Order: sequence, then C-alpha cells, then structure tokens
Amino acid sequence: MRWAAAMRGRSSAARRKVKAARLYSYPHIANLKAIKRVRKCTVLARSGHRGVSGGLGSVIRIVLQRLGFGLLTLLIVSMVIFGAVNLLPGDFAQAVLGQSATPEAVAAIRTQLGLDQPLPIRYVAWLRDAARGDLGVSFAQANFASFTGRVDPSATVLAQIAPRFANTMFLAGVTAVIAVPLAVGLGILAALWRDTAFDKGANIATLSSISSPEFFLAYILILLLAVVNPVLPSLSNIFPGMSFGERLERTLLPALTLTLVVTAHMMRMTRAAILNLMAQPYIEMARLKGMRPFRVIWRHALPNALAPIVNVVALNLAYLVTGVVVVEVVFVYPGIGQLFVDSVKLRDIPVVQACCLIFAAAYILLNLTADILSIVSNPRLRHPK
Amino acid sequence: MSVWLWIVAVLAALLGLGWAGRALGRLSGRRRFRDMSLAEAFGWALALAALLGAAWLWTRPGAVYFRWALIGFAISAVAAFVFRLLGRHLGPERLRKQFRKMPLTAAFGILVIIIYAVVAIFAGWIAPHGQEAVLGAANVVPGGDPAMGGDPAFPLGTDRIGRDILSRLIYGAQNTVGLAFATTLLAFFLGGTLGLLAAVVGGWLDQLLSRGVDVLMAIPSLIFALLLLTIASVWAEGARGWLTFYMVVIIAVIDSTRVFRLARSVGIGIVVMDYVEAAKLRGEGMGHLVFREILPNAMAPLLAEFGLRFCFVFLTIASLSFLGVGIQPPLADWGTMVRDLAQFINFAAFAPMVALAPLLPALAIALLTVGVNFVVDWMLHRASGLKS
Amino acid sequence: MTPLLEIRDLWIEGRSDEEWHPIVEGVDLTLGRGEVLGLIGESGAGKSTLGLAAMGYARDGVRISGGSVRFDGMDLLRASTEQKRSLLGRRIAYVAQSAAASFNPAHKLIDQHVEAPVRHGIRDRGESVADAVELYEKLRLPDPDRIGFRYPHQVSGGQLQRMMTAMAMSCRPDLIIFDEPTTALDVTTQIEVLAAIRDIVDQFGTSAIYITHDLAVVAQMADRIKVLLSGREVETAPTREMLTHPREEYTKSLWAVRGFHRPEKPAPAPGDTPILSVEGVTAAYGRQTVLEEISFDIHPGRTVAVVGESGSGKSTTARVITGLLPPRSGTVRFEGEALPAGYRQRGKDQLRQIQMIYQMADTALNPRQSVAQIIGRPVRFYRGLRGRALRARVDELMEQIELDPATFRDRLPGELSGGQKQRVGIARALAAEPRLIICDEVTSALDQIVAEGILRLLARLQDELGLSYMFITHDLATVKAIADEVVVMQSGRVIEQGAKTAMFTPPHHPYTDLLLSSVPEMDPDWLDRLLAERGVEGLGEAATDRM
Repeated sequence: MRWAAAMRGRSSAARRKVKAARLYSYPHIANLKAIKRVRKCTVLARSGHRGVSGGLGSVIRIVLQRLGFGLLTLLIVSMVIFGAVNLLPGDFAQAVLGQSATPEAVAAIRTQLGLDQPLPIRYVAWLRDAARGDLGVSFAQANFASFTGRVDPSATVLAQIAPRFANTMFLAGVTAVIAVPLAVGLGILAALWRDTAFDKGANIATLSSISSPEFFLAYILILLLAVVNPVLPSLSNIFPGMSFGERLERTLLPALTLTLVVTAHMMRMTRAAILNLMAQPYIEMARLKGMRPFRVIWRHALPNALAPIVNVVALNLAYLVTGVVVVEVVFVYPGIGQLFVDSVKLRDIPVVQACCLIFAAAYILLNLTADILSIVSNPRLRHPK
Repeated sequence: MSVWLWIVAVLAALLGLGWAGRALGRLSGRRRFRDMSLAEAFGWALALAALLGAAWLWTRPGAVYFRWALIGFAISAVAAFVFRLLGRHLGPERLRKQFRKMPLTAAFGILVIIIYAVVAIFAGWIAPHGQEAVLGAANVVPGGDPAMGGDPAFPLGTDRIGRDILSRLIYGAQNTVGLAFATTLLAFFLGGTLGLLAAVVGGWLDQLLSRGVDVLMAIPSLIFALLLLTIASVWAEGARGWLTFYMVVIIAVIDSTRVFRLARSVGIGIVVMDYVEAAKLRGEGMGHLVFREILPNAMAPLLAEFGLRFCFVFLTIASLSFLGVGIQPPLADWGTMVRDLAQFINFAAFAPMVALAPLLPALAIALLTVGVNFVVDWMLHRASGLKS
Repeated sequence: MTPLLEIRDLWIEGRSDEEWHPIVEGVDLTLGRGEVLGLIGESGAGKSTLGLAAMGYARDGVRISGGSVRFDGMDLLRASTEQKRSLLGRRIAYVAQSAAASFNPAHKLIDQHVEAPVRHGIRDRGESVADAVELYEKLRLPDPDRIGFRYPHQVSGGQLQRMMTAMAMSCRPDLIIFDEPTTALDVTTQIEVLAAIRDIVDQFGTSAIYITHDLAVVAQMADRIKVLLSGREVETAPTREMLTHPREEYTKSLWAVRGFHRPEKPAPAPGDTPILSVEGVTAAYGRQTVLEEISFDIHPGRTVAVVGESGSGKSTTARVITGLLPPRSGTVRFEGEALPAGYRQRGKDQLRQIQMIYQMADTALNPRQSVAQIIGRPVRFYRGLRGRALRARVDELMEQIELDPATFRDRLPGELSGGQKQRVGIARALAAEPRLIICDEVTSALDQIVAEGILRLLARLQDELGLSYMFITHDLATVKAIADEVVVMQSGRVIEQGAKTAMFTPPHHPYTDLLLSSVPEMDPDWLDRLLAERGVEGLGEAATDRM
C-alpha cells in the first residue's frame, strides 16, 4: 500500500528515496552480497543502465571495461599476495630454514631466490616469471638443493602444481555437472511451489547443508557410502594412467560432498531470483491474458530468468574454489587444495604464493564471467534505442 | 548408465501414478482435483514415494544411522515445540508476544543458542574431566557398554591418548564458540565503524575504503586466511598461543570486509533518507548523525548480519582447525577433534557407536550454525514482511 | 437482458502478519453491456483488488472469501481454471498502471500483442499483426507500421500505455479493466492517453471498469461512478448526477477539496527586499546540466509555487537553495545577503531561517524517534531549551499543527497516519522558527481530503506567523489553491513567472498553456471541449512524449 502511494508521487527525488528505502528489505539468505548481485541483475534487466545509449558498441565497451577492471584487480591482488609474504620481519631465508641452518645454506637461498634485491624489483621479476609460467622453486626443494648443490628440474613449483591443477579441475567439473542442473531445477520448483511442504522442507534442508562444515558432510557420506555400504572408495588416490571410469569412481565421493554444499547455496539463490521474477507485473499480465502456466514460465519468465540464474551458477562455481580445499584434504584427493594446505604447514612460501594466485585468479575470473554474462543478456543493452 | 535409466523409469512411473491419482480423484468431482495441475499431482506422488521409502528403510536392520537421524529430528522438533510452548506462557508479555508468532525452526535455533551459551560459560563445572587430562584408558568406545569396548565412566569414550571425549566436547564449546564470538565482535567493530563512516562521509574516503575492500574481497577468504596464517606461523615461531591470537585477528580483518560492505550499503540507504538530510541541514554534527539518526535504524540489518557472520567465522575457524592450522592444542576444539578422531569412522561397520566419536564434534558445529541460521532467517523474514 | 458483469456481496481478504484482514467488504457491482463504470477511492480503498476480482483473479496473499462474480452468466469464482483461462485476454482484458513494467522486456511489443489472439485461436499471426497495426493507427500512435517491432524500453511511457490498450483490444473483449492507466504519466501526456482510450472504447462498444483516484479523470471517462471507502461502497450514480448532486457526506467532502481557494495577497511594494532571491543559478549533476540560469524572488509572507513536470528541475532548485547542491554559477540571497553555496559553510542562524517539508512523510521522519523527540530536537538545537521549557514548547508546536500532545507525544512515526506524519514534519520545520519554508510536493503523496487539510493548515500558519513558502508541485489545482506567485519550469529553465491571477489568464507561453489546459477539470465535457479546441491534429503534435 505504501509503495502505491509512494509511486504516485512523481518527483524524481521521491523515486530516489523509494529506491533507497527498498535497500532495507534485503533478501534473507546466507550469501548476502551474491544475492544482491543477482537482484541487481534482475533490476538491471528491468531498468537498464541509465545513460547508456550506444549500440552493440556500448555492450562491447562495457564488457571490455569489466575485463580491464578484472585484470587490474588480479594485478593488485598479486601485489597483495606478494606484499603480504614480504611483510615478514627479519631474514626470510633464515626464518624458513630455522636456526640450525648453516650460514652457507642461508646465503645460497638468498641469492637463489633473489632476496638480496629491493622489493619492487623482486615483485616485477616474480610477476614476469609467473606470467611465463615459471612460479619458482619450492623451499623444500631449495633447501634440499642448497645441500646437494643442484636443482632438480622436475621440482619447480609449476611441475608440482600442473598435474594437481588438472585433478582439481576434474573434481570441480564433475561437481558442476551434477550440481548445476540439480540446483537450478530444485530452485525453480521451490519457487513455483512456494510455501508448500516441499518448499519448507527444502528451506530446512538447504539451511542445514549450508550450516554444516564441509568435513561433516564428507564424513557422513564416507560413513554411509564407503563404510556401512561399501559402494565407493573413501580415499581418492588418483594417479596418471588411470582409466576415466576408475577416475570418476574415485572422484565421486568428494564431488558429492561438494555438490551438497554448492547445491544448497545455488538452490536458495535460484529460488530467490525466480521469486523476484515471478513478482514482476509482466508475469501477472501474461496470466491475465489467459496464458497457460507452462507458457508463462517458458515464454515470459525464462528469458528473463536466464541472466540471474547464470549469475547464480557462476558465483557458486567461484564458491567451489574455497570448498575444494577442505574436501580434498578429507579424501586425500591429490588436487591443488591439498598441496596448498600441505605447503601452508611446511611454510613453503613460493608454493603457497602460487596456489593463492591460482585460486584468486579462478575466483576473479568466475565472478567476472557472472558480471559479463548479466550485461550481455540484458535486452536493453542488446537492443538500444 | 543403467542407473540413469532406472532414475528416468522411476520418475516416469511416479508421473503416471500422479496422473492416475488425479484422474481417480476427478471422479469424485471435487474442485481440488479438477484444478490440480499435473506438476502438483506429480509432487504428491513423489511425496508418497518418499514416505513409503522412508518407512521401508526404517524396518531395515542395517539402517541404524537413518533411525538415529529420524529420532534425533523428532526429539529436536519436540524440544523446540515444548520450548516455544513454555515461551508462550512464561515470562513478560513482550517476550510471550514474540513467541506467539515464532516458527518452530526459530524456536529450535534459540533453544540451541541458549544451551550452547550455558555449556560454554559453565564448561568448568559441567565437564567431568579437564580438557587436557590424560586418563589412562585410550580408545574407549562411545556408548558406555563394556561388552562393546566401552566404559561407563566415559560415556562418549576416549581418544587415542586417553582424553575424555565428553569433557573435550564441553570445553570445545568454550574455546571454539568463544573464539568465534570474539572474532566476529572484532570484525564488526572494524567493518561496521568503517562502513558507516564511509557512508556518512562519502567522497574520497568512501572511494579509498571501498576499492581497498574490493581488492581484499577478490581473494577467496579461506585461501587468504591460509596465506596469512602461513606468514603468521613463521612470525609466531612456534608459539602456539600467539598463533591462535593471530588467527583471530586475521579472520576478523578478512571478515570485516564483508561487514564493511553491508554496513556501508545500509548506511547509504539511511543517509539518503529525508530525515538525515533534515538533520544535516539543521547543522547537526557527525556524532549526532551517526549515533542518533543512522545507527538506531541500521541496528536490525546489522544484527542479522552478525548472526550470519558468526556462522561464517565459526565455520572458517572450524575448517582451519580441521586442517591443522587453526586453534592450537592443548586447547580442546571441535575442528581439531574431528581431525584427530577421523579414522574411528572406518570401524563403524563393526560397531555403529564408534562413528559417533568424530561425528559428534562435527555435529556440534553444524547444530550451532543451523540454529543461528534459523534465527537469522526468521529475523530477516520478519523484517522483510514488515516493509512490504 | 442480463448485465455483462454482476458482482454480489463480494468479500476479499488480504494477508499481513500471518493474519487475514478484509480488503473488500460486501461490495455489489453491476455493469451493463457497452457501459463504462468509474471506480474511485483513496489509496487502500480496495479498488484494484476489486478490479482484479472482476476477472476472477486474486494476487498472491489475497483471497476471495465470499460472494459471487458472474460474467455473462458464468460464475467466475466457481469456474474451473481452464474455463477462466479461456475468458481472460479473450473476453476480459486488463490494462495495468505501469505499462513499462507490465510489458516483458525480453520480447518485441508485437509478439506480446499477438500472443492473446493467436493462443486463444481467434486469428493467426499474420492477421493479428495486420490488426495490431490498425489498432495502433486508431490509437494515434506514431509510425503504426513499425512501432510494434520495437522492444518496450525503446518506446515512451505514454505510447506504451496506448499500446497496452491496443493489446487489451486485440481480441475485441467484452470487458476491459483499466487500473489507473494514466496515474504514472505527466499531465500533458495523460490527455492523449485518455482521449485514445475513450475513443477506442466508444468505437468498439466495449464495457469497461475504469479505476482511478482522480475525480476529474473519471468524470471524462465514465458513464457511472462508484465511490469506495475502505472496501465498502459509499454510493453509485450516473456521472453528471454524481458531480452535481453527491448524496453522501464522504462524496461531498471529496468534491469539496477542489473548492479550497485562498485569495491572492496584494503585490509587494516595488522597493521591498525579497526574503529569498535566486539569481542566475546554473547547476549540474556531474556533466549533466539540470538547471540553467534560474532566477526568481520570494517576498516576505508570500507563497511562490514552482510548477513543472517531472524532470523539470523543481526539486533541484530546492537542493540549490538549501545548499545540498552547490550551484555551478549564480547566487542565492537571503534578505539581500548572499548565502554560502554549500550548507556546511552556512552559519547556524542561516540554516535555521530556511526549513524544508518533504513529500514522503515516511522517509522524512526518523522511524526510531518519538514525535516529541523529532519536534524537540530543533528547539533544543537552535534555542537550547531543556526540560520543562522544552516540553512546553513542543506541546505548543503540536497544538499549532492540531495534534493533541497528550495522545501523540510519545508515538513513533509508524503509529501515525500519513496526514499526521506530514503534520509532524511541518511542526519540525516550525520548531526552528524559520522565515522561509520550502514545501517539496508536500501533498502529492496524500489522499485528497488529507491534502486539503494540510493546505489549510499551511495557509493558517502563514497568516499567523508571517511565513514565506516556496511551494514545489506538479499539481496545478494545488497552485490555484494556495499560490500568490507562480514560476513555471521546463527542462531546467524558468519558462514563465508572475502573479497567480496573471498566470491563469491568457495569453500564456505555449508550454504554460499546454500545461494549464491539460489539467483535467470536474466537468464531463471538458475533454471533448479541449479536443475540439486543439483539434485531433493538434493532439498528434502534442504527442512529443518525453521519457
């Protein structure tokens, strides 16, 4: 009622305030920021970018702008990661090798890692090498080399990370293939069957799933599917030369764990996005034109739902990046997450740096994709005046 | 592939069942059946199948955990119901009014939070043993049944080096929850202050802080926390107390970026309100603006966010501890306990009780976050209901 | 012959706070074939809910709990969904308030237009498109052959509203529900839409229910008028009879609102210093210039109305005067003295002299402060009163705005009605003891009777306290009621200014003329007269809708 009165007021100032007042009624969901983005993208589809008037050119311009911004963010993030490591007081090499290291070993590491150079030069060199794929030599190896006097070429950080990265991508891929259709389907159902027993049950189930730590879900799955009913292996020892089927079987349990977590998030966000959409006046208009429920959804809701759903999917894949670490440790899955945790414990800083950079890059990339897709799918931008 | 075929076949059968059921119902001429869509009929068929499946599973001898889960669920529901009933009839009128409109989930959440708070505060009195006490008997099976390898003195058994699991669980409430609470408070103090400040002052300060937060938020939080903890561990040089302290600060700083975002957007939503404009035009100072005009109106969303943040921080700390870089021994904490007791799970096929040892601390974590989430969900739902 | 639509003893409930509250309580309604029924009432009277119920439709959170809705002999409340669906769009159509939101942004307009006839099997797509073009032509839309192949966001608001009417007509329904179709439009655009709707309804002999809160509009459109008040019918009568001889007290009071008229005060002496003068102000948001070379004066004790449509820069002018938006060039003088551009640079006393009253009383009062706190703060801040003296002053102010201190002192804004909130806003401005009050659309969010009460209060306060008002509004009826001088603005410029009587007598600037003549009058023949004056061609010219 109040909004009706509000919208009757015509001054632009009033509209501005109405918008401001709406900020209060933010959706109730764990991932606030993400859902806001989803909201924004449905709102965007409705109101369009103000002041954007160019043609396809303007879409390209905005996309390029976002890409540039993403690259800039990545650059600054790399600075933060590099800078954070170099915040360490005292002698870095000494700290790593411990008090018992010989002065020669310390000196060897210092020159080898270029620790005697000033900070900005080291950063540029690190970035240049990283861009070329050279992520340096791990401390564990450097330490070893300082005694033997030679560096094993297969022991570079890159050589350590590359196969594990592939494994992690495989795990994430399997998860996505299971989780995305499941979550989007269930989310749409929950929205269409709002306030039914199904919706309420789904609400409790997803909230519980989101609230549980990943390792809890992992151990429950192990208990049920590996110990009590031994259908899947509880350890995911994957090695090169395995057949695809075997690989898939050993990846299934960690993938299922991740699916539980990600599906819950994705489903809640999909539901919120669809509900927001179904409350639009043009949906009511379609119903009042006597269209069948299926047509209302297929023809009127879905084209507009695509942008928010794609956004939800991309955001949740970005979330996988974090979830993967714990799950890999539980299942001893030889992915980048496990390497990361091991290196953290060993204080192997070059490896930690590299893993961190890779995780951040994946995260930024997926968020960027979400952003760009929601721009590209906006009809106001695709069909300018 | 045959699995997929099976799934498709079952779904098709259910669809047929729904269709047939609806057709049958239409014979009765009820409006309900006449206007029922096929999707709804399918939903009913699905529900029926799920119910039958559950009943069948209940009778199976192997489905111990399923029965436990159902019993646990039923006990929680009854406890929440009784708690809500008590709340509706005891206490001052204002409180009773709150309870009257409360969904069962929220009542459950509040009950859980109260129990945890009591356990955490009085851990020293409740726990039968000390958290570090090594009591001799190692690897005692939970359940207290001597025939199964249990011991009535240790109802939940002991761990590999003979510490009482029940006592460690109770102390874990104090350590894990307490640290998470402190971390969230710190994050709120940092993020909330800066966020509201950015909203009120605006201009370059807002730009500077917002861009900085954007960059920090571009790194996934658990990854960033792990990176910083590596550095902190070099810094702490093995002093475990310091490492725990660094962990609190690191997570608080990382999480304060999220709080900043929310506080800023809530703040900006309030700053554009006419009453704030009126106060500005009156010539009011910054103190009045923030504490009298903005903060009272920002309280509700910030409180809800506090609940969500707490869950997030709590899970992060638990995960870090589980990975072995969070709360350091000898402090008992749930994440570390799960990791230490994990291999017990492999003996569950012989004695179902054994699996409880690693699952209980994990369940303790999940229960609290579920409870807080339920309460926050209710608060937000209520807030959005009032606005529309 | 049976009437087309017959509603008997209809009860509708809405859910809020987990409880059901009645929205419509036992309303009867009969609509003959070819008849247009006007449904009027204030916000919350249940008009829209009733309109939708006439289609057998209830929104989420609303349920029809009793009564019957018979359309052409069929009871819509007992019909199956399938039966209802075949009626909707085909025999009963709906035109919504906001065309921009009710067209699907993802599809071309023509595709949305032909959906109903094609899906209901009336015409195939080719015929439907040809028919659409014909309808667009009838509704005097520019470029009827091609306008349908645009997307909704590529067409202006007034045109969209006509295209929605065309869409409703696509199946030649027996009944169309118009739900406030012109409320979101500017007055000058409103005329074209009204004329187009009326013509096409006449032409096809369609029955219609026309829902609006604007009496003058409904007088042009309807054969009969039904007045609703909080879900109940007040009275129903043929339009002319209703306008000339309203029976019920409530209806009379609705009609009387337009009667409030305040005599213009004598012109100020030529040598007088104006209390406020705006001199050559140009202002911009970023790169976009919103005000260009604005100049006008406000003399003590007088009311200057600043009039214009949305986007004309009225509210921006207020922001420049209060110092929220420092101008790019030009000065604002208070009693001859130049004010610093930004409010932060102004002294406490300078700030005190100019106060504001806002449009949206909801956002103008801090929801966490009591009435006494809200009114008391300026008293404390500017005059330093405390304790008993403060309380006495607050009570005095509350009596001035006709709110009983004992009852309202401790209430929060959420516990007040819209009009009461606006009164508290006025009291807060008065508490500073200003010389000039800027009223920004203070009555446009209020129902008419309440609005009139506020206008009377403002007029009385002006007489008692010698205040000056700058009155920002888009509503010319308000201008006629209260202004001494008028400033007409259009796209950031002052088009014309002068004393009220002079402004309301020709000759005018062409834009002022358009603006003035577009304000609907309480006369069923007004639209016919106006259209005759302008000629249908002239209307096409006026169709330079701005977005």
